Amino acid sequence: MTNVAVVGAGVMGTGVAQNLAQSGHTVVLIDRDEQTVERAMARIGLNCRLSHMFGGPETDSEEVLSRITGGTDLALLADSEVVIENITENWELKSELYPRLDAAAHPDAVFVANTSAIPITRIASLTSRPERVAGVHFMNPVPMKPAVELIPGHHTTPEALERVRSLLDSMGKKAIDVNDACGFVSNRVLMLTVNEAAFLVHEGVADAETVDEVFRSCFGHPMGPLETADLIGVDTILYSVEVLHEHYADSKYRPCPLLKKMTDAGLHGRKSGQGFYRYDGSGAAVTSSREPLPATG
Amino acid sequence: MSSTEIRSQVREFISGRFPQVTFDDDQDIFEMGFVNSLFAMELVVFVERTFSVRVPNGELRRENFRSVTSITEVVERVTAASTTA
Repeated sequence: MTNVAVVGAGVMGTGVAQNLAQSGHTVVLIDRDEQTVERAMARIGLNCRLSHMFGGPETDSEEVLSRITGGTDLALLADSEVVIENITENWELKSELYPRLDAAAHPDAVFVANTSAIPITRIASLTSRPERVAGVHFMNPVPMKPAVELIPGHHTTPEALERVRSLLDSMGKKAIDVNDACGFVSNRVLMLTVNEAAFLVHEGVADAETVDEVFRSCFGHPMGPLETADLIGVDTILYSVEVLHEHYADSKYRPCPLLKKMTDAGLHGRKSGQGFYRYDGSGAAVTSSREPLPATG
Repeated sequence: MSSTEIRSQVREFISGRFPQVTFDDDQDIFEMGFVNSLFAMELVVFVERTFSVRVPNGELRRENFRSVTSITEVVERVTAASTTA
């Protein structure tokens, strides 16, 4: 079993910590905000208790939680063999954090950047150990998703990559190897698709419900691109498209103005109660009869 | 708390979340397609907070949370167990 540090206790970090602890690893879960750590621990406990209700294994929540130490001090990761970073997808924040992780971690520790778009080579350049930095693009919800994208940076050694692959294997994850490029495979295609779907609504070609219906009924996708946008977060989609636009300087990634307007208006999707659809209730509950956002010119 | 009161509070919670949906107390809310894992989580948290119980892991089964009636029964069972314990 491996000692793993998970840095960032948001949705992704929480899922990664849970998955690791369920797989028998010892985890330190670190966030700069104590309440976020407490919330993450409570969520992991509840997720484990409910796992069996949704076809997952019977999980002893207390045993899983006993393998996780939460805290706000980066000194907690001193003994970790692998450090998985899951903070917000923001270059400024990451460039401030990585030198601190580098100073706090054991010199032999491997760093894993859980990122959906930022190139791994660029992240590795923030550290003194670029040969031991790799990227993993986990999918949400982490404990339920069977595969990830695994990305080496320019300097990543095969040994470091194999250490990460072996850890992923122990978590029940199939690692799909992808070379380092902004957005990798998944988000290079997905974000462009969602952005173009938003343009269709923006231009009045079709409303959100119709766009999603085409993907569900014609292509057999379980969810359409705009339902997916609401699930991921409209603001997150916008930031990812902006990262692609900035990195490639290619106008095909120009963000749809509707995404910007919705982000400014707080229409961030399920988490805010309204995105391309309206969601009922205060939490994440979704009504069966969702009202799509009207098409605007 | 009486069985009727428990039933009424459970029904109120679910219909408050899904006001446009009509369902009877024995109907399987999972089969109706609008219950996802996030709502199931809310449901368990609601039951534990409202009725001041901790549902044992063995009772956290889909069949115990599939209808107003089954949720009422699990609350009664867990309450009775904690009273006699």
